[in-house]
Amino acid sequence: MANEVCFRTLHLDEPWTLESYLSVGGYQSLKKILTEKIPAEDIIEQVKTSALRGRGGAGFPTGLKWSFMPRQSEGQKYIVCNSDEGEPGTCKDRDILRYNPHQLIEGMAIAGYCIGADTGYNYIRGEFWEPYSRFDNALKEAREAGYLGDKLFGSDFNFDAHSHLGGGAYICGEETALLESIEGKKGQPRFKPPFPAGFGLYGKPTTINNTETLASIPVIVEKGGQWFLEHGKPNNGGTKLFSVSGNVNRPGNYEIDMGTPFSELLEMCGGMKDGYKLKAVIPGGSSSPVIPGDQMMDVTMDYDSIQAAGSMLGSGAVIILNDKVCMVNALARLSHFYQEESCGQCTPCREGTGWLSHIMHRIEHGHGKQEDIDLLDKVAGDIMGRTICALGEAASMPVKGFLKHYRDEFQYHIDHKKCMVGPGSK
Amino acid sequence: MSEINKDLINAASRVDIDQWVAKYPADQKQSAVMAALRIVQDQNGGWLTTELMDAVASYLDMDKIHVYEVATFYSMYEHKPVGKHKICVCTNISCMVCGSGEIVDHLEDKLDVKMGGTTEDNRFTLKEVECLGACSGAPMIQIGEHYYENLDAEKIDKILEELK
Repeated sequence: MANEVCFRTLHLDEPWTLESYLSVGGYQSLKKILTEKIPAEDIIEQVKTSALRGRGGAGFPTGLKWSFMPRQSEGQKYIVCNSDEGEPGTCKDRDILRYNPHQLIEGMAIAGYCIGADTGYNYIRGEFWEPYSRFDNALKEAREAGYLGDKLFGSDFNFDAHSHLGGGAYICGEETALLESIEGKKGQPRFKPPFPAGFGLYGKPTTINNTETLASIPVIVEKGGQWFLEHGKPNNGGTKLFSVSGNVNRPGNYEIDMGTPFSELLEMCGGMKDGYKLKAVIPGGSSSPVIPGDQMMDVTMDYDSIQAAGSMLGSGAVIILNDKVCMVNALARLSHFYQEESCGQCTPCREGTGWLSHIMHRIEHGHGKQEDIDLLDKVAGDIMGRTICALGEAASMPVKGFLKHYRDEFQYHIDHKKCMVGPGSK
Repeated sequence: MSEINKDLINAASRVDIDQWVAKYPADQKQSAVMAALRIVQDQNGGWLTTELMDAVASYLDMDKIHVYEVATFYSMYEHKPVGKHKICVCTNISCMVCGSGEIVDHLEDKLDVKMGGTTEDNRFTLKEVECLGACSGAPMIQIGEHYYENLDAEKIDKILEELK
């Protein structure tokens, strides 16, 4: 079954309104928790049972993350939603904001209840004006209807949320860079520890979750952790939004069960466009290593299966490449992206992403040297593990993946100063 | 001096900025700096001057250097004049394999300006941007607050026509 969790309003006219959300049982999970005084521990236990893992890319177990919060301690705490969707290929959170913003608000409120926070911020990337407007309007509707504010449903629980707009920086999707950005600074990641659960926004204990993660919570509370888990498989619970882009007939966001075979997802997307063959798939956003098409046809869409194939589920952004895509050209574009988006704080990433991009540029444009392939591999390896945040890894993993499977195309480019693949390439 | 600076921010912008300031704790006014920079940039026709950044610093009780840091870190702030319509073209991987190259070529031909440049009549600026998170609608562009998706040359012509 599809569209049962984050997209459960999608079949309605104007799915983003409060009226639409209420018609599918919206805000009933929050009401139940507050009127029946369900202890936070019980909800966190349900979230753990659900095996919900962070949908932003890192895949960290959500229930476990919430349990790190010192929720009994006095003082201000925050729940922060990460809607800074920027991993190339990923466009799912945008649709949650546009089509089901109330479910995200309810999820934030429930998370706030579980971690002891009365205030939430949703960090929305600056370019997302329409999604921001929808979300902000939903906040107003929720306040007016009494789903946000003081003493919700007659309980002692107060909760309000606000949106914060970014300004164009991929790095702010990294949770501590995001906190810096809300604090009105450059988005440069913080050293960890201390972790946000101890020292987060404005120095207060903070939990940061992805949009899809939080939007999944109301349904998990309503139907139970076991129900969600059974939509996927052990350790890979639930449904997941997959953003499919690239050379298919019907690109789009598909909410399907974890563990669905890739071949079925490809079928849902109408198969390959214009009769070209499937060459390769970048299965979890641009940072995830590429997997050859033949191998991908045996993979199921979940954390463990994609990891076993040598890549990662990441943000669930499935980029489909056909056989006219030159892999040198593809990696050159990605390497340029990471150079542009490195925040410049750590030398290995700041300099290394520049090296990767320059080397890829010269191979792509017919000036590659014989030693360049080994040099790419070495520079990528030298970045990994030597930076504050994961952007260094994110820049290096695609290099390793492309070289592992398509080294011959790189060699061909260096030897012949042109692409190995046929029409459509440069 | 600081009062003079603040006056560069017009009344409507002040109202807008104040709404953002109200979202954050009372002692965390600087959290509104990104919103304030966007608002004064819009007020000024799409780009920031040093005087405007100084005015924001003054308005939010921040050191100028911290405002400059923010204004130069994020890609949506402009530091030189732009055309009436800033056309942001995504050329990242999903758009690339769906034909963003042709979109770039068509825009450059049609407007007679290269990426990064502004047309002589100051109507359009072309800007190459990184992934805008609308990958299933590739190739796509952003103009102002709007995303235009699933583009081809014909659709581009229509969009440009409507903007004139």
